[in-house]
Amino acid sequence: MPDSPASAPAAPAFVSARGLGMVFRGGIEALRDVTLDVARGDFVALVGPSGCGKSTLLRLVAGLIAPTGGELAVDGLAPRQARRERHDMAFVFQQPALLPWRTVADNVGLPLELDGQGRAARRERIDELLDLVGLREFARTHPHQLSGGMRMRVSLARALVGRPGLLLLDEPFGALDEITRQRLNEELRRLWASQGFTALFVTHNVFEAAFLAQRVVVMSPRPGRIACELAVPFESERTPALRARPEFAAFCGAVSRELQEAHR
Amino acid sequence: MTPARLRTLALGALPPLLVFGVVVLLWHAAVTMLRLPAYLVPSPLLVAESARANAGMLLRATGLTALGALGGLALSFVVGVLVAFAFSQSRLVQRCFYPYAIFLQTVPVVAIAPLIIIWFGQGYLSVVLVAFVISLFPIVTNGTAGLTDVDPNLLELFEIHNASRAQVLWKLRVPNSVPYLVNGVRISSGLSVIGAIVGEFFASYGRDRFGLGYLIQATSGLLDTATLFAAILASTFLGLAIFGAVTLVGNAIVARWKE
Repeated sequence: MPDSPASAPAAPAFVSARGLGMVFRGGIEALRDVTLDVARGDFVALVGPSGCGKSTLLRLVAGLIAPTGGELAVDGLAPRQARRERHDMAFVFQQPALLPWRTVADNVGLPLELDGQGRAARRERIDELLDLVGLREFARTHPHQLSGGMRMRVSLARALVGRPGLLLLDEPFGALDEITRQRLNEELRRLWASQGFTALFVTHNVFEAAFLAQRVVVMSPRPGRIACELAVPFESERTPALRARPEFAAFCGAVSRELQEAHR
Repeated sequence: MTPARLRTLALGALPPLLVFGVVVLLWHAAVTMLRLPAYLVPSPLLVAESARANAGMLLRATGLTALGALGGLALSFVVGVLVAFAFSQSRLVQRCFYPYAIFLQTVPVVAIAPLIIIWFGQGYLSVVLVAFVISLFPIVTNGTAGLTDVDPNLLELFEIHNASRAQVLWKLRVPNSVPYLVNGVRISSGLSVIGAIVGEFFASYGRDRFGLGYLIQATSGLLDTATLFAAILASTFLGLAIFGAVTLVGNAIVARWKE
């Protein structure tokens, strides 16, 4: 890791959690003492089984819920404040979460619309994003006419339309078949390389995490803590061929071992 | 319409039509074999005869009842949507008034109708109001559900993009409620016909102007059972027609809302 946050204390991390804890009203402790730094432009995958609090961590960063302990800052501000002032965040859910009554283009343009941008200003950016995810010819169709993978592409395009600095993804490809998932992994990695956002990606799929991320963070079961962090060793080459390489299998094996270790 | 669609339509209509034919035949057989008197059960032929002889009167009565039902349905739509808005905007308002909405639903409309006539007098307005009272509830409940049962992910999506309260309402809650409202109106459309007929039991439109409700009462009083049957059939057809029209329009509107 060339720019490990620990070795560069002068530049504060883009997302910074210190001793973060989250206890829900029912008394369920979802997170305990989570300390994590994400540098600007990084791609971090949070890996853990269901119920380990990784989604909770994502929602805390999004400012959708407030932590019950510790500190959390996005770009030096409290998450909700950062979101309100910077207009710099986007979220991709487990479901595509599209508005069924809107066309693909109008779904993609929603964040710009909520931001008060005019129709003419929106159109160009929407077309750009539809080109980017290969759905230009589906601009005028409705979500129910698309396949699951295509809907997820629309969801990705919508998340990126406002040029977010921070993209939060909550197991976005979990409901897709393996082939579609792999293709979307390649697409997301390409988008990350070209669009320059910081990504925080939650998944329980080790291969997906290894393929996508610069850094894999392994979480322990409830209450979720960070068990270990692994720097992904394959620097640039994230082509489908990578999945067949022995180093890839070795790294995935290492992540799996850490996961097992954390759950003992 | 494509030939294929016509074919499926015809195939769909065939079984119920067949049942209708069999029932009419059985009815006719029962009346002739058991020698039932016409004032008790008129034969289908007699009913058809009476319907033809009184066609003009039946049509006019059906038209007036339709106006009463549609007036009540329209009013309940306007008021129902406004009430649903109020309910969806404030949990407190909903908690205060929802029991009374249920009360409105459980009190039999036959019991309320005389009261409405005391307050609003004879005539069209009272009939519309009776139809309104009975058809209001489904629109209120469906409208409220449509405005509040929104996918939590979508609410979070709007929150992430810092949407205002007004944006959440107009760009999310209102469009979300459309299929619910369509369903509510469909349920209410059948009820509004019942309401109008009950209203006409108690309120008349004036000399020589009457709806199916009055006709049903008058013919039963005269033991003119054949005409009574014809009036009942006309009420059924009116209900089906309004329900069918609302369903057709509703399906066209909701076509885009499919998940």
